[in-house]
Amino acid sequence: MDDLSRFKQTYFDESAELMAVAEAGLLRLSPGDVDMDEVNAIFRAVHSIKGGAGAFGFSELVAFSHEFETVMDELRNGAIPVTTDLIDTLIRANDLLGQLLGCAGDEIDPPPGLTDDTVAALRHALAANRTGDPPQPVAESAAPPASATPDDEDDEAGIFGDALAAIHAARADDDPPGTGSGTADRVRWTIRFRPKSDLLLSGNEPAYMLRALRRLGEADIHCHLDDLPALADLDAELLHLSWTITLTADASVGRDRIDDVFEFVADDCDLQISADAPLPAVVEPSAPAASAAPPPPARTEPSAVPGPPAAQTTTTPATTSPATAKSDGAKTDGPAKPRSGNSGGDHGGLTTHTIRVDLDKIDRLVNMVGEMVITQAMIAEHLRDLPPGQFQELQEGLEQLAQHTRELRESVMSIRAQPVSSVFSRMPRLVRECATMTGKEVLLATSGENTEVDKTVVENLVDPLTHMIRNSIDHGLEGPEERERIGKPRAGTVHLSAQHRSGRIVIEVTDDGRGINRAKVLSKAIEKGLVQPGASLTDEEIDNLIFLPGFSTADQVSNLSGRGVGMDVVRRNISALGGRIGVYSTPGEGSRFVLSLPLTLAVLDGMVISVGEERFVLPLTNIVESLRPKPVDLHGLVNKCDVMMARGEYVRLVYLHRLFGIPKAVDDATRGLVVLVETEDGSRLGLVVDEVLGQQQVVIKSLESNFRRLDGVAAATILGDGRVALILDVAGLREMSRHSGDSDRARPTATPTPALAGPSPRQRQTV
Amino acid sequence: MEPRVKKKVLTVDDSRTMRDMVSFTLRGAGYEVVEAADGQAAMTAIAASKVDLVITDLNMPVMDGLTLIRKLRAIPAHRSLPILMLTTEADDSKKAEGRAAGATGWIVKPFNPDKLISVVQKVCG
Repeated sequence: MDDLSRFKQTYFDESAELMAVAEAGLLRLSPGDVDMDEVNAIFRAVHSIKGGAGAFGFSELVAFSHEFETVMDELRNGAIPVTTDLIDTLIRANDLLGQLLGCAGDEIDPPPGLTDDTVAALRHALAANRTGDPPQPVAESAAPPASATPDDEDDEAGIFGDALAAIHAARADDDPPGTGSGTADRVRWTIRFRPKSDLLLSGNEPAYMLRALRRLGEADIHCHLDDLPALADLDAELLHLSWTITLTADASVGRDRIDDVFEFVADDCDLQISADAPLPAVVEPSAPAASAAPPPPARTEPSAVPGPPAAQTTTTPATTSPATAKSDGAKTDGPAKPRSGNSGGDHGGLTTHTIRVDLDKIDRLVNMVGEMVITQAMIAEHLRDLPPGQFQELQEGLEQLAQHTRELRESVMSIRAQPVSSVFSRMPRLVRECATMTGKEVLLATSGENTEVDKTVVENLVDPLTHMIRNSIDHGLEGPEERERIGKPRAGTVHLSAQHRSGRIVIEVTDDGRGINRAKVLSKAIEKGLVQPGASLTDEEIDNLIFLPGFSTADQVSNLSGRGVGMDVVRRNISALGGRIGVYSTPGEGSRFVLSLPLTLAVLDGMVISVGEERFVLPLTNIVESLRPKPVDLHGLVNKCDVMMARGEYVRLVYLHRLFGIPKAVDDATRGLVVLVETEDGSRLGLVVDEVLGQQQVVIKSLESNFRRLDGVAAATILGDGRVALILDVAGLREMSRHSGDSDRARPTATPTPALAGPSPRQRQTV
Repeated sequence: MEPRVKKKVLTVDDSRTMRDMVSFTLRGAGYEVVEAADGQAAMTAIAASKVDLVITDLNMPVMDGLTLIRKLRAIPAHRSLPILMLTTEADDSKKAEGRAAGATGWIVKPFNPDKLISVVQKVCG
């Protein structure tokens, strides 16, 4: 049974994938537009699930998938039409299949009657289209599904796992003749086997059949060469031999075991099997008793020596068999002409190119690579203390090591990477449901499904995306009538896209609905005390109020979006992953939610900077350049926020030491350095730091799991010298600086206040 | 096991579970096993290296099992290559169709491991 359980996981994994395929296919199905390839793919998916279920003896699953499969089969044969009702039924059936798989996986019985309704509906679909046959009464399908035997299939081999039982049963059933007396625990069989001459062309090989007979007992094999033509006339692909075999086998070897050997050639040979009973009274079993006389009918060739014994050879005829001779020849041919040409790099669906690896193993690998990155940084650190110019080779070696470490890291990360399609593919379903519930017409467009991102990120995308799409349909899109009235197409469109941008994955949910109603949002926010009355906020700021905790614009909590989670939860989940979310809205034209996430949660390329005694890491992807400004470049603004002229545009300056309350740091930008950084949405910021220490790969250690979330900080890391450094979150810094710098302006009171290891008096000094 | 040189079996099935089962069972019995997910991939695999036996599912995407059998039989070098169809359709029409296409024999799913091994031994030693 161990053998069996090792396949179960594969089966459940595969079934989950197949179900997703089936679901995607079902959702694309619509009356009048039937893609037969699609239908076939669904059929195959259900068929495969059923096949595996049979192998493991999941009887409920077999019974139900059989019903499902039957309908799909009729569908692909064109016997029944595709209707909206049928699609709904099939989608439900697919859901049920998932439930049954879950039950099988948990080794529990599914609730009784679980499948009844759907089975009835499936049968109804079949019956309704067959010459008016009334559907079978539901009562019948209400029988426990286990009792519905899955048709035709279990006749020959037992269930995989019941192999032993099956074999024992087979042996018990087949008492050969002559066992009754107890004198003979061995039975002697005489088998005459005279294949047709073209037997070899079906791929059957008498030599192997004879060998199979030998496994059953002691076989005395005589080959008749009578029909062998002269060498000149010999057609090597035809068979001219026949055999008489005397098999002495245990009584436990039944006739059926012998029949089995000749199973595939029964139609292509003359075969006589008889048991030489020890007692004359015992009659041979029902052999095809055409000519039961001992020797085959005498042949008329002049060369034939009369009587079988003289013409017999007692060797296994394998060496004379053309097929064997040929295959031997092919073996030596094999290496001589390797067909490397066109098949070399071609994967061609050959599955030996992939292996399945436990996720834990990969995670261990990721961890080790992380530690290696730290070690490498440590060595580099020490090397820096050595006198320059010496240890040239060591330096070079270390550079190479760094390079290889980077490549190793990328390779390992790519193992964990998965396309977001696994998440995107769930959304059509969601859209369909939401559209039904809200009575809106919705089209879903997706792009960039193949964009790859770390598995953890993919998994954590489901909930936020689900919520965002629900939100877009529920709040964003107008109803079909309203849309028509304002000159939009009846069906609203939700576009879901993914792409890589500056080392992160950016996912956008765009709708062409009414956009965010800013007046309503603002008044709601004021009403809820989230914003002070009279505050003047920019459009963008108003739009982003929807991410504040406790905010909900729906007049009544609809049963769709308002499930107790608001966009604030979405934002919290996203930022827990090191991501950010923002919204851009144009009234009357729609909204665009932009979500950006790191590609991996394990390692990043960073720039180590120093502020006072502290070290920070800036993600390299954010950095544009670093420069030392001249006094003329610096400007104080009226609201006391400093800006700097860089490359022709004004950039807001953020003094990290002020923001984080770090003593003994450079306070004058002209004596320190300004690192120009850019966020995903393209806005720039100048970070004032003491020094830029150098580029380094760092291993990301989550701050949340070890401490707690901090504004402006994405995570922590361990530097080469063993010190802990914080990895800065540039967009978070911008938010912090904006609010601390805008102290004279009204602002949302619920905005997170900058806090790093507790409020520091220095924070409030911020200009 | 007897085979001196390991015989190479190609299992063709779009179901990973089935391929796994066939592979595991046959490897345990001393065979070398390569896998392909559809008929087209099987053709590629056979072109790339000699196999001693093909075990193919019938219902597969891209190229189904019967087409695979016909294509193989059309190639002179593979006229007597043993090909078993692995199928859940136990009815005689499928068997007959398979035989007509040139299949050597059949194995009915769900199969038990011993049955699989004994059938394989019967057609490829």
